Amino acid sequence: MGLELYLDLLCQPCRAVYIFAKKIGVPFELRTVEVLKGQHNSDDFAQVNPLRKVPALKDGDFTLAESVAILLYLSRKYEAPDHWYPQDLEACARVDEYLAWQHTALRSSCSLVMWQKMMLPVFLGERVPPETLASTLAELDRCLQLLEDKFLKDDDFLTGPCISVADLVAITELMHPVSAGYHVFKTRPKLAAWRQRVEAAVGEDLFQEAHEVVMKAKDLPPVDTAMKDKLKPLVQVLL
Amino acid sequence: MGLELYLDLLSQPCRAVYLFAKKNGIPFELRTVELLKGQHVSKGFLPASSPQKVPVLKDGDFVLHQSVAILIYLSCKYQTADHWYPPGLQTRARIHEYLGWHADFIRGTFGVCLWTKVLAPLIGVQVPEEKVRRNRAAVDRALQLLEDQFLGDKAFLASQRVTLADLMALEELMQVVALGYDVFEGRPRLAAWRGRVEAVLGADLCQETHGPILNILEQMANKQLPPPPPEAHPSMLLRISRIP
Repeated sequence: MGLELYLDLLCQPCRAVYIFAKKIGVPFELRTVEVLKGQHNSDDFAQVNPLRKVPALKDGDFTLAESVAILLYLSRKYEAPDHWYPQDLEACARVDEYLAWQHTALRSSCSLVMWQKMMLPVFLGERVPPETLASTLAELDRCLQLLEDKFLKDDDFLTGPCISVADLVAITELMHPVSAGYHVFKTRPKLAAWRQRVEAAVGEDLFQEAHEVVMKAKDLPPVDTAMKDKLKPLVQVLL
Repeated sequence: MGLELYLDLLSQPCRAVYLFAKKNGIPFELRTVELLKGQHVSKGFLPASSPQKVPVLKDGDFVLHQSVAILIYLSCKYQTADHWYPPGLQTRARIHEYLGWHADFIRGTFGVCLWTKVLAPLIGVQVPEEKVRRNRAAVDRALQLLEDQFLGDKAFLASQRVTLADLMALEELMQVVALGYDVFEGRPRLAAWRGRVEAVLGADLCQETHGPILNILEQMANKQLPPPPPEAHPSMLLRISRIP
């Protein structure tokens, strides 16, 4: 059995892993794990990742969780072109810096916007107080401003002149609020231009393919009561 | 001007960077940025156009944020002993796997206690009891996962030798300990792990690094802590509002 990638393309980090693996030509079996159907809680999946989260990788006996770990593992093992995760000390540090920042900043904003603007009301029938959504959107805005001012600046990509894993992680995050109808790129031409460059570098077809599931999320049917009860603790956290 | 590290030892990631640099004999100028005095939001304390956070590294013209990035940079530039950030594909992946989980479940969560017991009260804010309880439950859940999923039967979190992951974790746990909850009591495996990490670092270095945070509650009780200046309040209030 070759390399297996356990992914739910509804999730941002899974999309980053998917795009990267496809782009650099990693031969892998895609194992889809549908989180909204609770598939990540199965005993089978727990064998791959006891923490029951996606993305997860299985390479022979070696299992690995966490998207950054997976991206860097794939990059090294499959000898991705240097620009994805550079050898140069300072260039690499810039990518590490972005990957660390996004984890505690952009990531949670983008998730919250997706859930509060769309998933909670549409999928779970939960009312989200307007003040809560407004505060979440304000936080996202702050993160986007930092993304533009501190990371992108006047470069073509987030960490310099070439695309890196940082850009994949960022673009897949930003597509989350976009899929919920919050168009982060419309009011930010600098970010919109960066998006075009990332899509061009990745390839339009691959980019669309990776985002097909999340872009259709708004058409998901409302969940049944049993599932709703199961997801109740999650709702608490997301409000 | 050589390497400069902008740190406040009250901050967990700053301590991880400090421990690493000192243990490895990396020559640097310590630039102390006192968070309690709001120096991170005042002009002149941090390198120009820095986000108002520590730690920050400045190496000539190169300015770097985020403790993980700084640790990796230092380990590569100063070619520290391999075990800190091993070159092996799988071991290195384990470190990043830990750090990814740490960013979600440890970072942030373990920092709340300083806010609830010291920083919020210093600006006259009381964090609701419900949030304090929720945070404590989150800390306990994280500790269980830390022990079972990451440490397991190993000597250290990502391998059989100490790595960057252990430094990051230790300092978060020490934050909670310093603020009055001894997470090592009743958790012999974690306590043994702590002992091993501190043995590598050395008692003197640990004492020096942990001194300020271990004294914080006493200083609070003796009213020895300066109230943070008004310009620091907005960012503090924002942080407090984000406590789940």
